[in-house]
Amino acid sequence: MEDSHIPLLSLMTFLPLVGAMFIFLIRDKEEFVTRNAKFAALYTSIFTFALSVYMLGTFDGSSAEFQFVEKYTWLESMGISYHMGVDGISLFFVMLSTFLTPICIIASWKSVKTRVKEFMMAFLVLETFMIGTFCALDAVLFYVFFEGVLLPMFLIIGVWGGPRRVYSAFKFFLYTLLGSVLMLVALLALYFDAGTTDIPTLMENPVARDLQMWLWLAFFASFAVKMPMWPVHTWLPDAHVEAPTAGSVILAGVLLKMGGYGFLRFSLPMFPEASEHFADMVMWLSVIAIIYTSLIALVQEDMKKLIAYSSVAHMGYVTLGIFTATTQGIEGGIFQMISHGIVSAALFLCVGVVYDRLHSREIGRYGGLVVNMPKYATVFMVLMLGSVGLPGTSGFVGEFLTLLGAYQVNTTVALFATTGVILGAAYMLLLYKRMIFGEQKHKDAAEMKDIGRRETFYFVPLVLLVLILGIFPGMVMNKVSPSVERLVTRYDMALETAGINQNDDLENAGETQ
Amino acid sequence: MEAIIPEIFLATAGLVLLVLGVLRGNQYTQSMCHAVTIFFSLTLLFLLWINWDYTLLFNDMFVMDRFAGVMKLLILVGLITSLALSSNYLIQENIIRFEYPILMLFAGVGMLLMVSAHNFLSLYMALELQSLALYVLAAIQRNHIRSSEAGIKYFVLGALASGILLFGISLVYGYAGTLDFTVLANTLRVESAPLGVVVGMVFIISGLAFKISAVPFHMWTPDVYQGVPTSVTAFFAIVPKVAAMGLLIRVLFEPFGSMISDWQQVIYVIAMGSMLVGAFAALVQNNIKRLIAYSSIGNMGYALMGIVAGTEQGVGAVIFYMMLYMVMTAGVFGIILMMRRGEMAVEDIKDLAGLSRTQPMMAYGFAILLFSMMGIPPLAGFFGKFLVFKAAIDQGFIVLAVVGVLTSVVAAYYYLRMIKIMFFDEASDEFDKDVSFAIRTVVTVSALFVLFFILAPELIINMGQNAASILFMR
Repeated sequence: MEDSHIPLLSLMTFLPLVGAMFIFLIRDKEEFVTRNAKFAALYTSIFTFALSVYMLGTFDGSSAEFQFVEKYTWLESMGISYHMGVDGISLFFVMLSTFLTPICIIASWKSVKTRVKEFMMAFLVLETFMIGTFCALDAVLFYVFFEGVLLPMFLIIGVWGGPRRVYSAFKFFLYTLLGSVLMLVALLALYFDAGTTDIPTLMENPVARDLQMWLWLAFFASFAVKMPMWPVHTWLPDAHVEAPTAGSVILAGVLLKMGGYGFLRFSLPMFPEASEHFADMVMWLSVIAIIYTSLIALVQEDMKKLIAYSSVAHMGYVTLGIFTATTQGIEGGIFQMISHGIVSAALFLCVGVVYDRLHSREIGRYGGLVVNMPKYATVFMVLMLGSVGLPGTSGFVGEFLTLLGAYQVNTTVALFATTGVILGAAYMLLLYKRMIFGEQKHKDAAEMKDIGRRETFYFVPLVLLVLILGIFPGMVMNKVSPSVERLVTRYDMALETAGINQNDDLENAGETQ
Repeated sequence: MEAIIPEIFLATAGLVLLVLGVLRGNQYTQSMCHAVTIFFSLTLLFLLWINWDYTLLFNDMFVMDRFAGVMKLLILVGLITSLALSSNYLIQENIIRFEYPILMLFAGVGMLLMVSAHNFLSLYMALELQSLALYVLAAIQRNHIRSSEAGIKYFVLGALASGILLFGISLVYGYAGTLDFTVLANTLRVESAPLGVVVGMVFIISGLAFKISAVPFHMWTPDVYQGVPTSVTAFFAIVPKVAAMGLLIRVLFEPFGSMISDWQQVIYVIAMGSMLVGAFAALVQNNIKRLIAYSSIGNMGYALMGIVAGTEQGVGAVIFYMMLYMVMTAGVFGIILMMRRGEMAVEDIKDLAGLSRTQPMMAYGFAILLFSMMGIPPLAGFFGKFLVFKAAIDQGFIVLAVVGVLTSVVAAYYYLRMIKIMFFDEASDEFDKDVSFAIRTVVTVSALFVLFFILAPELIINMGQNAASILFMR
């Protein structure tokens, strides 16, 4: 309970909300309101990011315990408290949220032209919910934030989105809601079973095997949709295509990670037996996701759709890694999420850059951009390689570790998953070739300007991060490891007490070879 | 005697106003509205002043306890709110009749007595006092064909429901030999209920289900909601539901408290049916009043889920749910009353198109209320659903809870449709800007309540739990 004198997490969580309220109160002529709203949003999000950097700096990486813990009574009569804290697992997701929000705000500086005030407010409210989701240590509080995300996101897609925005916004909202409400039922059942909604307590609470199965499935319904896993991924391409650039960035960068985070925070530690029972199913679903969506990505004509399908494939590695329940697998899963958060966010920004200029996302309309957009081509290349998972970029570490974890548990699955790496390279390189090299098919493409100052400003940190994380993954891993190791130890212990021999899988895998 | 002072005061005030109205005629309708508002507020003060401890009066016909106290508090707040929503509307629609506020007042007296009934006879009398006043209110726009039709429908079906209720009461009386709640409860606790009592109870539940418009006794709701003047719809949706729910709780847990396994299955079916019908039937509605009618049917289903649980916690959750329902419905009707174009009320949801551009504050307020009705956190509606689901799950009613959450997703669709029309569609003409202060206040207060509820949820949740606990102490 150290550091309880500064409520750092609450500050970070609610600062954006305060900013949003402030923007709400701005009243003046239209242009002033727009300008002030942009700056207020930018400063708020940058300050929030600064706070999170301070948090990262003071985070004790050698400990697996929750840090910066805050606990206040909230719904006392029901034993539900306002309980916040971060550990190695949630730390970098918080960082990702605070890091991407200012970038999104800068990215929509010019591209969002209507109702700017509302847009900025929606984004700040979204940031509050995102940070809250990753910091909450009470299941009900988690649910409040987790579900609250839907409100601003629904408006962001629906108000500022493309031509089919209404359909996509509805699909996004209803799909996610359907999964979440089942989780709510499971959460209440868990609450009844354990008598508390405190996450650290729940993690140590043994649940009967039969109940675990049901609860696991209900939580899975929610997280699998959020992730999204095959076959419930269909909302994602629609949402991505119609969302404004910043919306896609935050959707790919942070919202998808809530599913993976949920698996790590709820499914594995609370229902270890069920997780083990369903692990094979999840791994096969992941493999299907990796191969199937990669193949779909190969034939896409729409850039955003292609990157959206590649997201599903990359998230497939994450679920694969997590449900190996090995240290490498889980660490790989987390790293893959962080890396994907940066790479795919940056790729959507890349799409945004050309879309702002030509108002088309059709790959066929571009080509030969390297001629007049050399800087853009360079940035795109680094990010593309990051997405492919070239050694030296952040994408490699995650994929490698998850596959390493997968090989330990199930060789067949790992074999199939590895083919995804090749497919991933295929569709990304193809995209790059068609857009950047070749003839300049469209006459407007020849007149497009290279990335400007504002765009450089947000691409530089993203590109640097992709490289730095690829070269020094230890920076992240050191802080993640203790928490993951504790998770795995507890998981194995729980299985041992339940009399399940985890090595069965290993032996089976050996036989099938 | 002090326990009944609020009712006596209100009834006397009503009689005096009635005489005044007859002598003075319709031109004093506005002052009459104000007077009734003042009398409601005074009654509220009396209610807060009197002792809420358990008291029985008039040969045990009348009971006052914390449960009755909280329900009366809700009823009075609801009455004041719905009258505030009405007064301007009456002028706009030219319903200048002094009977309007007075009928509301007498309905109010009936409702206050309903939640204090401790005998089936006083229950029936209170219910009829309320119902008769409501029948007349429904038909108050007597030269409008829709309003008259709605009034007749409401009356005929309401009378049928009262008949069913009375039949049930007579069966219970015939087999148990008493109408008193306590005596009945004690008798049923010692010996198992004779078949006649069980049948009678089912009839009583059916009659009361009509009053809260729960499936399968909901048929009147959409037509009546659509047909009657909007201010009356608001009143119907806000207050009588709360009173009837209070009455239902009292009847199920006091006289029939030991027959829980008998009525649980009945309420189970009613709750599930209401949730399903409320969610699916609303999908195809375009008239906003009709849509809210189905939404209220669905909401009753969620509230009944707490009763199915049959626990103190469940009843507390129902009371809390009804509070939230009242607040949100009042806000929604405030918005509907604001929907006027060129001095004419418009009722199609398409009329809301592009509201977020033309009248952003109104659109935000409505969106907050709708998201809350959907049960999306962090808004208040989520906590209402959370508590009833929790009560049901704690008692093992998983299937009911799962149906509940799934229908809430279906319901989310039609709420979202309205939000879509307001925020995503192209703007149409503006609504009239001359909205009365009272309506503005009601909408603002309810939206703010829903938005900031999360900061101090305990206050209000505990109020419901406290009220519920008294029913389980005896």
